[in-house]
Amino acid sequence: MSDIPPVVEFTGVHKTFGAYRAVVDINFQVQKGEFFSILGPSGCGKTTTLRLLAGFEEPDDNGGTVRIAGEVVNKKRPYERNLAMVFQNYALFPHLSVERNIAFGLEMRKVPSAEIPPRVKKAMEMVRLDPGQFARRMPAQLSGGQRQRVALARALVLEPTILLLDEPLGAIDLKLRKEMQLELKQLNKQLGTTFVYVTHDQEEALTMSDRIAVMDNARVAQLGTPAEIYECPRTRFVAKFIGESNFFEGVAQSQGPDGWRVDGSGGRFEVPAHPSITQGSKVAIAVRPEWLDVAPPDAVPPGENAIRGTVTDVIYLGETLHVLVAVADGEGERRVTVAVRNEGQLSRPIRWSKGDAAVVCWKPADCQVLEDA
Amino acid sequence: MHSLKLPRWLVAFVALVYAFLHIPLLVLVVFSFNASKYGVEWTGFTTHWYARLWERQDIIDGLKASVVVGVSSTLISTLLGTLMALAIARHEFRGRRLMEAFLYIPIVTPEIVVGISLLILFVLLNFPLGLVSIVIAHVAFNISFVVVVVLARLQGMDRNLEEAAMILGADEFTTFRRITVPLLWPGILSGAMLAFTMSFDDYVITSFVTGTGSSTLPIVVYTMVRKNIEPSINAISTIILIITTILIFAADRLGRDKPLVHSAD
Ligand SMILES: Nc1ncnc2c1ncn2[C@@H]1O[C@H](COP(=O)(O)OP(=O)(O)OP(=O)(O)O)[C@@H](O)[C@H]1O
Ligand SMILES: [Mg+2]
Repeated sequence: MSDIPPVVEFTGVHKTFGAYRAVVDINFQVQKGEFFSILGPSGCGKTTTLRLLAGFEEPDDNGGTVRIAGEVVNKKRPYERNLAMVFQNYALFPHLSVERNIAFGLEMRKVPSAEIPPRVKKAMEMVRLDPGQFARRMPAQLSGGQRQRVALARALVLEPTILLLDEPLGAIDLKLRKEMQLELKQLNKQLGTTFVYVTHDQEEALTMSDRIAVMDNARVAQLGTPAEIYECPRTRFVAKFIGESNFFEGVAQSQGPDGWRVDGSGGRFEVPAHPSITQGSKVAIAVRPEWLDVAPPDAVPPGENAIRGTVTDVIYLGETLHVLVAVADGEGERRVTVAVRNEGQLSRPIRWSKGDAAVVCWKPADCQVLEDA
Repeated sequence: MHSLKLPRWLVAFVALVYAFLHIPLLVLVVFSFNASKYGVEWTGFTTHWYARLWERQDIIDGLKASVVVGVSSTLISTLLGTLMALAIARHEFRGRRLMEAFLYIPIVTPEIVVGISLLILFVLLNFPLGLVSIVIAHVAFNISFVVVVVLARLQGMDRNLEEAAMILGADEFTTFRRITVPLLWPGILSGAMLAFTMSFDDYVITSFVTGTGSSTLPIVVYTMVRKNIEPSINAISTIILIITTILIFAADRLGRDKPLVHSAD
């Protein structure tokens, strides 16, 4: 297992445009058949990273190496890399019909001409585009979703070992997007193709990926499985960007058997031991809304952290309810979001309403200590 | 597109402008069929002046020279202009912006100035005046127009298309041939049309750089006008008018080709 090199490997990759550092010290490996996502806000360097892999950009001099199947490809042209890619804007050739678009890559890769039509047909069926209806259409005569499918078919028809996708679902309505997400995931498992998938949609990344590289400001902020990223965000950025988080800050006071006692502006709380915490150091933790609970001030479960506050709002979301609690924060106050399961508001309404005195509580282990306190 | 109802006064105004623009041309066309040899009164319909054109060797030579000059200067300026547009659009180099700005200088410079300066240049270089010098002069004033037209098309073109071709396995040359050129083609064609039209009816610049031998049709016609006026001038002018009009319409249609980038909506 360990002698098979990763399909894709970035080692210390830097890319500078003029004086602008678009990508800084990128390191990651993608294994064969993996669904690997690059997730981050607009302008963080996702497309640049993908373009470095595709060969449209070259790393800076002494700016690290990009490897494909173990081989350094820094200087290789895109057409020498045997990849397939779906572009953010699809990039269908406007002067070629759908079938000619899909056949283009096969022609370029010198596939015998007798094999081309059946493979084009198969690729169209794979993305559920009826060949009889769409093969002869021009790209301008297609809807956004259909174009996206053609772009996908044009890439899949090559039976690539690595498929690069740059926000391919960005321009599609929610319902179709959900469907396509499942289909892409299925194709990934079915074909054994390695997917490198760029998105700025955290939900999309969580549902589809085997692993995610979260990018922030030209760097990889965290690399891990969806569960690792969601449940153990290492930085404030990751905790904020993926899902919702409540943050509590304070100063480490004393070490107990299971962790540290922290003096926060809104009250005391305990956190698990963490290598970044020393006596008197600043501590910041992230707590997901569903890890929190609200309790009446006199009924705090024993052993839990508790911070006093006042309910300011209850938001009905269907599956869950969000109870917003204002807690003291230094001189001011801040809002904490607590997610509560909805057990039926008509039969068993929750007891909280605006103005109630309440305590936000959580088990000391149910938090994530952030590295950038 | 809404079909807006224009106010009456605006319709009248537009009609007047069009009349002002085109009545002189219409008169010319009508009088090319006038039987009278002199002046402006209508004495009957004839196609005599068209038939007479074929007897005038100078006119036929002029037409031949115009076609030769038009075609060769169009081919050369379209090729060079397209390459230049590609260089400007696709490569970052020092002085690129300046170069783009300098493109417009030949376009806005009065023709007479261009003509004089070309003449001075030819004389300085001891270059013989004749069809070759005319072709060079026409290439010189046409290149800018071609570059501007092709550049507009190139700048509206999605770079991702060429990258998509490359990742699909096409090398630089194949990408250029299969993707760039077809997408650029309408721009190249309308640039060429524009170049040919301008070359075909240029008088001012040609008059400076023409030699003593045969010259282009506009020069021949002007010489005729000065010597003796006869309605075959109207006939040849009508023919030029028709050719020019056809070319302009053709160029316009090509310019209105389908848009290059479709938004992914
Ligand atoms: N060719 C270039 N020249 C100069 N700057 C560039 C170039 N390409 C990208 N950049 C800059 O690099 C940064 C990262 O760009 P990139 O396209 O990788 O972002 P992204 O993460 O894909 O964003 P989005 O989600 O908006 O697509 C941006 O600030 C961008 O302006
Ligand atoms: Mg991008």
